[in-house]
Amino acid sequence: MNEHSNKWIGQRTIRPDGADKVTGRAAFGADTTMPGMIWGKVLRSPHAHARIRSIDTSKAESLPGVKAVVTARDIVNFTTDKPFILGIQDMRWMCRNVMAREKVLFHGHPVAAVAAATEEIAAEACKMISVEYEVLPWVIEIEDAIKPDAPILHEFNKLDGKPSNITGKLEHKLGDIAAGFAQAEVIVERSFKTRPVHQGYIEPHACLVSVASDDKTTIWSSSQGQFMVRAMTALLTGLTQSDIRAIPAEIGGGFGGKTIVYLEPLATMLSKKSGRPVKMVMSREEVMRASGPTSGSSSTVKIGATKDGRIVAAHGIYYLQAGALPGSPIRGAAGCSFAPYDIPNVLSQGFDVVSNRSKVVAYRAPGAPIGAYAVECVMDELAVALKMDPLELRLKNAAKQGTKAAHGPVYPRIGFVETLEAARAHPHYKAPLGKHHGRGVASGFWFNAGGESSAQVNITEDGNVVVMTGHPDIGGSRAAIANIAAELIGIDYKSVSVLIGDTATIGYSNMTGGSRVLFASAMVVTQSAEKVITILRARAAKIWNIDPDAVTWEDGAARPAGDNAGKFAPLTLAEIAAKATETGGPIGAGVQLNTTGAEGGFATHICDVEVDVDLGIVRVLRYTAFQDVGKAVHPSYVEGQMQGGVAQGIGWALNEEYIYNRNGQVDNAGFLDYRMPVCSDLPMLDAVMIEIPNPKHPQGVRGVGEVPLVPVMAAIANAIHDALGIRFYSLPMSPPKVLEALDLPRAAE
Amino acid sequence: MAKLHVTTTINGDPVEFLCEPHHTMLDVLRGSLGLTGSKEGCGSGDCGACSVTLDGRLVCSCLMLAAEAEGHQIRTIEGMAEGEMLHPLQQKFLEMAALQCGICTPGMLVAAKALLEHNQEPTETEVRYWLAGNLCRCTGYDKIVRAVLETAAEMRGAAR
Ligand code: FES
Ligand code: FES
Repeated sequence: MNEHSNKWIGQRTIRPDGADKVTGRAAFGADTTMPGMIWGKVLRSPHAHARIRSIDTSKAESLPGVKAVVTARDIVNFTTDKPFILGIQDMRWMCRNVMAREKVLFHGHPVAAVAAATEEIAAEACKMISVEYEVLPWVIEIEDAIKPDAPILHEFNKLDGKPSNITGKLEHKLGDIAAGFAQAEVIVERSFKTRPVHQGYIEPHACLVSVASDDKTTIWSSSQGQFMVRAMTALLTGLTQSDIRAIPAEIGGGFGGKTIVYLEPLATMLSKKSGRPVKMVMSREEVMRASGPTSGSSSTVKIGATKDGRIVAAHGIYYLQAGALPGSPIRGAAGCSFAPYDIPNVLSQGFDVVSNRSKVVAYRAPGAPIGAYAVECVMDELAVALKMDPLELRLKNAAKQGTKAAHGPVYPRIGFVETLEAARAHPHYKAPLGKHHGRGVASGFWFNAGGESSAQVNITEDGNVVVMTGHPDIGGSRAAIANIAAELIGIDYKSVSVLIGDTATIGYSNMTGGSRVLFASAMVVTQSAEKVITILRARAAKIWNIDPDAVTWEDGAARPAGDNAGKFAPLTLAEIAAKATETGGPIGAGVQLNTTGAEGGFATHICDVEVDVDLGIVRVLRYTAFQDVGKAVHPSYVEGQMQGGVAQGIGWALNEEYIYNRNGQVDNAGFLDYRMPVCSDLPMLDAVMIEIPNPKHPQGVRGVGEVPLVPVMAAIANAIHDALGIRFYSLPMSPPKVLEALDLPRAAE
Repeated sequence: MAKLHVTTTINGDPVEFLCEPHHTMLDVLRGSLGLTGSKEGCGSGDCGACSVTLDGRLVCSCLMLAAEAEGHQIRTIEGMAEGEMLHPLQQKFLEMAALQCGICTPGMLVAAKALLEHNQEPTETEVRYWLAGNLCRCTGYDKIVRAVLETAAEMRGAAR
């Protein structure tokens, strides 16, 4: 642990990219152009499920202004019989997601793409492509997709020897649940449903790609990982990775939704065929129909406890929608849901179900909020049945250092208990409530992640510092890295520049996701800075002609280690930098690592709601989130993650859902009808940071971005129950549903 | 189709451009004028990322035809700072971390500035309703609302 002065770590510094972002200078995915640039557009499926008999692009190709047309024939085919894994994705599904191959699998599925001199011509040309479809029966909801006679999306996928829409399974087991439930004196078992929700980033997917005649390719795009863009585009187009330079644009929100490619491979092939740079930007409607969302779900959770409130067994079954191609976050649902508790007997099962919807992608703590919603609502009912305070019940069963979790680990020092104690002691928990008001609590867990990161720390000739890392900065990570570099090197924050490298200028770095960026990049930046300090000490030693071990580095200057080392005035960073050439050359160091030791994050939330019993509108009146954040390197951006996660959860709980019509099409593919929380919907969101340093990290960092979403839906459901005495077992708890529930007893009267 | 010739004023500067009749103000700002600070989040008036002012009135530039700029005054995010001097709202957004990804920020700032020009002493509720047309998915609005309230207070203090 770095326990010394902490002059910069923990400070609310102004972010390095700040001035660009408040003046409109920052360049996002859609903000660049290239000389000779043309526009690409995608033709999308009008059907939810259909076999593609033929595609005729000749008319479109002959339209003046059209420069290239691509179809699945131009995209590398990964055959369905051989898995090809890249990170958490399988290229068999990626290649079919970016461009429909044998079949279109959802309304909005790309079928072809056109590049033309103007957007208008490209759009016109798309209409001139004729596709012959054999329309097939389709299925949208989980219950329908797992029926024995359901339309099958992928005939090659078999379950017990028969074609099935269940495309994956996962199980975590601890102890023996049958024996556990036999000991239970109180058992609560409930079933829950959630709807798919979109990540809702305000910036639509966008890219600009230029492929030269020698295949040297530049990709400018907004994503959560330029190296992911490079790898996936290379695989899908047949280019080599070394030919591709993927430049990360500033990214206008991702939340997991920009961890895969949609447009880049299409723009690359269009550019290759046309010989021109090609720009593609999705419309909001395309974003809603064909990117994201996270899974809808159908879950059953059963928890048993003894009368004194000790949980003895828990069983969770989570069916998650994958969308049209396999790969839903069942690991997050099954792995995280019971993770906050010390339970001797656990069975947690996840099932991946395909149906004719757009393919799901990661969304903030993928899967975990779905599991937590079910478990934390059951915990609330259990507390009522046991006549216990819901925080007491959680405290009694809280996981601690040494607890064995069903998903594998034995926990090191974690801060879950501290979040519960802080919630219990907080004035919010005791504040009076008014009529139709209610209070709910819920907790949550997210794994957090480490993985590959690279950094380079260079000293400029005038004695300042340039730090480069390889992770797109979505929420202020550059500011936190600058804090760390300034702290370690002992210089003013303003002397540090932090930049995000492209795939040609920095070593491989995994994506911005999983709450890994600050954890991992702080590690490589710390090690790089330490190497730089070693070099600086050696240079000072050379200047003084003494042993490097006799030189220390303190407050941004080399100093003799003691009186024995000799009497020399300190040499500042600027003075050593000025002599770099004579003392051995440029000063800088880089580190590339597969980082480990990202320990889980825990949170507990308190929520107050008011229900308008005439209109069915639920309003969040007060919200306080308590989270073990490890070490808040930049507290404002940690709070920001917590507040942003809570706001997304409020949307998921109360309003957001995809509405499908009778033709298997999304009816609300826009911000007007897919209603995310707006400013006037929300109160201030209080973020209480609890710092239990991660023992496995030099600054004590834990990931903080994902877990704030995990408890929200249950906290709100539990608050609504407290207000009305009514439990809701499906999301969203939107006005029509609330009114219907309120009217039931009224109708019975 | 014949292009339209438009003479207008953008951020105080005289500007002429040619556009198609169906082009929006946002298309022209981001396109031929290269003012990409205004963002397109939806193109349908639902996100506010494209906010500009037209003769001082807050509008979604994606809902305004470019030809309508003829003879009017447009202000965009690019015209908010004066030289190197950030507008107090821009400065406060930085100090209070009222942005994460920053894609909503230009629209938010343009809208907040329009609010403070109308109402020097807004309540929290007034700020929240004024900004209800500007979506932010990252921040939960907390720090944005605080930054606007605090800027308003400081600007009142400075004016006294
Ligand atoms: S782009 Fe104009 S309101 Fe969204
Ligand atoms: S800061 Fe990302 S949308 Fe507002």
